[in-house]
Amino acid sequence: MLEVKNLQVRVEDKEILRGINLTVKAGEVHAIMGPNGSGKSTFARALAGHPGYEVTGGSVNYQGHDLLDLDPDERAREGVFMAFQYPVEIPGVNNAYFLKAALNAKRKQQGLDELDAMDFMALVKQKLKVLHVDESMLMRSVNEGFSGGEKKRNEIFHMAVLEPTLAVLDETDSGLDIDALRVVSDGVNAMRSPERSFIVVTHYQRLLEYIVPDYVHVLADGRIVRSGGRELALELEEKGYAWTEPAGARK
Amino acid sequence: MSTATKQIEELANTEYKYGFVTDTEQDIIPVGLNEDVVRLISSKKGEPQWLLDWRLKAFRTWLKMAEPHWQNVKYEPIDYQGVSYYAAPSEKKKLNSLDEVDPEIRATFDKLGIPLEEQKLLSNVAVDAVFDSVSVATTFRSKLAELGIIFCSFSEAVKDHPDLVKKYVGSVVPHTDNYFAALNSAVFSDGSFVYIPKGVRCPMELSTYFRINAKNTGQFERTLIIADEGSTVSYLEGCTAPMRDENQLHAAVVELVAHKDATIKYSTVQNWYPGDKHGKGGIYNFVTKRGICKGDRSKITWTQVETGSAVTWKYPSCILQGDDSIGEFYSVAVTNNYQQADTGTKMIHLGKNTRSTIVSKGISAGRGQNTYRGAVKIGKNATNARNYSQCDSLLIGDRCGAHTFPYLEIKNTTAKVEHEASTSKIGEDQIFYCESRGIAKEDAINMIVSGFCKEVFRELPMEFAVEAQKLLGISLEGSVG
Repeated sequence: MLEVKNLQVRVEDKEILRGINLTVKAGEVHAIMGPNGSGKSTFARALAGHPGYEVTGGSVNYQGHDLLDLDPDERAREGVFMAFQYPVEIPGVNNAYFLKAALNAKRKQQGLDELDAMDFMALVKQKLKVLHVDESMLMRSVNEGFSGGEKKRNEIFHMAVLEPTLAVLDETDSGLDIDALRVVSDGVNAMRSPERSFIVVTHYQRLLEYIVPDYVHVLADGRIVRSGGRELALELEEKGYAWTEPAGARK
Repeated sequence: MSTATKQIEELANTEYKYGFVTDTEQDIIPVGLNEDVVRLISSKKGEPQWLLDWRLKAFRTWLKMAEPHWQNVKYEPIDYQGVSYYAAPSEKKKLNSLDEVDPEIRATFDKLGIPLEEQKLLSNVAVDAVFDSVSVATTFRSKLAELGIIFCSFSEAVKDHPDLVKKYVGSVVPHTDNYFAALNSAVFSDGSFVYIPKGVRCPMELSTYFRINAKNTGQFERTLIIADEGSTVSYLEGCTAPMRDENQLHAAVVELVAHKDATIKYSTVQNWYPGDKHGKGGIYNFVTKRGICKGDRSKITWTQVETGSAVTWKYPSCILQGDDSIGEFYSVAVTNNYQQADTGTKMIHLGKNTRSTIVSKGISAGRGQNTYRGAVKIGKNATNARNYSQCDSLLIGDRCGAHTFPYLEIKNTTAKVEHEASTSKIGEDQIFYCESRGIAKEDAINMIVSGFCKEVFRELPMEFAVEAQKLLGISLEGSVG
């Protein structure tokens, strides 16, 4: 599904990622953990194609294509989805309208008929139910005036409607209370399937109690320094991030 | 420059879609302006003496006035003697049906998508099309006549309803009002006239399309709408102009009169040629629009979407004379490339419990400059007057500008006046967010801009709102990536 080789990324003049290697197979859930400034979010944003993140080396192969060759909107239409750490407000643009445009852009790319308003609403209402999201969210402007929790829930709602092949969650748990965390996690878990992969970026082990990963990778200073199973997250929780730092960096 | 900005700039470079010239024989008088020209215009139109006298009075007033320069726009001086003040398609015979309209002109209107076609007539739009200076065809007139509604060209109104014209022309915008209004009063060629009798609710949207075609002709149309007691009317005005290198002057006057319990809704989509991407050519749009809420509980709503013209200078205003009368102004003004707009409104509260609402949305892209200028005046007898103003500016790219000049003059302590203003930039983050959901950059920008204008668009009649949204997309195409 996804093969990242020696990925190097620069933000402005600062080198953030110094060679990431990661292979994600269909149906797998990979957690990326790491201390602040380790490059976790940079990795997520680079995969989504954020214009502020310049890839200076390496390659990313997604379903047999060069992902880095695609514009952000093309990546999305090919099934890559990123849930934002800080979802953006778009005043005056109705959430349902926005999502319909997004879904139909994707369907068009796939050679499917565009959904009309009726079919779209039917689909969306069903998703809302599964996610326990209030219907009023559809008629509000995209993220405008949403609480932190509502914004994150809206991201998961977008994901549920767009049904990505590869979902990247960028610190989706940050700023969520335990109830919101559960709602978000249930949404993600409901979408797990043998065809769909997830990359879950998080600072805290807590999220991984709800979304249980197949693999955990620890990022430090722009590189993956440890990879393992679920137990690696627990070990991290116990010992702290300092434990993962390369010997030379330890004090 | 960031990538998003660059792409925005690239988008801004889309060409004007309506730049074609219709090849019809035209009856144009030589360039220049003097009393003889005023007399010639009047005689060509077979006007009565009183109207000629009125024109001449206006012309003499104009001679003594100086062109105003307080507005926040820059343009090359206008050579008023280098303009022809009258152009009409030379075929002048009376037309009984649309089929008789010159095919060339019909083709032009078709290109513009004007609903002159029979099938489109069924969509309930009555159209008075002004081609350069003479009204070509007025549709649906007979149906309206059954209700006593008069909807015709200004020239016809002068012939058929001289008393109404005489009573109201210049009553809201006197010929002494300002430089361009005086000029218009002297040389106006045609326009639309609407009268809605007492208690009649006009059953369809009335619509006029203005189009400037001939080279070097100014267009000086004059519109007069009178809504008698308890009547209601919604009027749509759409404007386009072909591509011309020279700047063309457009100085229109629109007067609205709302009597007791009457409502007038006046909506404009203005898409005059804005000049090319280097700022060459384009229309100078210097327009005086004003309505008076003469009677109690009357209401006037101005809604405008201004995407064209090289320079726009207009302030559709309301004089709230009747008690409990309401004035509203909803505006979207877009400036791209080198376009400049200085637009806004004046709300003049004279009656008691008068209310006004101002919602202005300025969008600047490329090197466009957008100025909101609005005045709220509360007279000393206007007890409990209320005003709410909201001025929002959206910047696309980093070489454009937005300016806001609100003026307040309050002579009654019971007044409540609120003003809110904001300036924002289309963020790369907003664009990226849309893209990350699969929405292409251009669509994303259209979506963000439309969202920004939503409060104004929802005031437009449905059909117009769709057109306005499309126009917005077209005019920002070169500006937004």
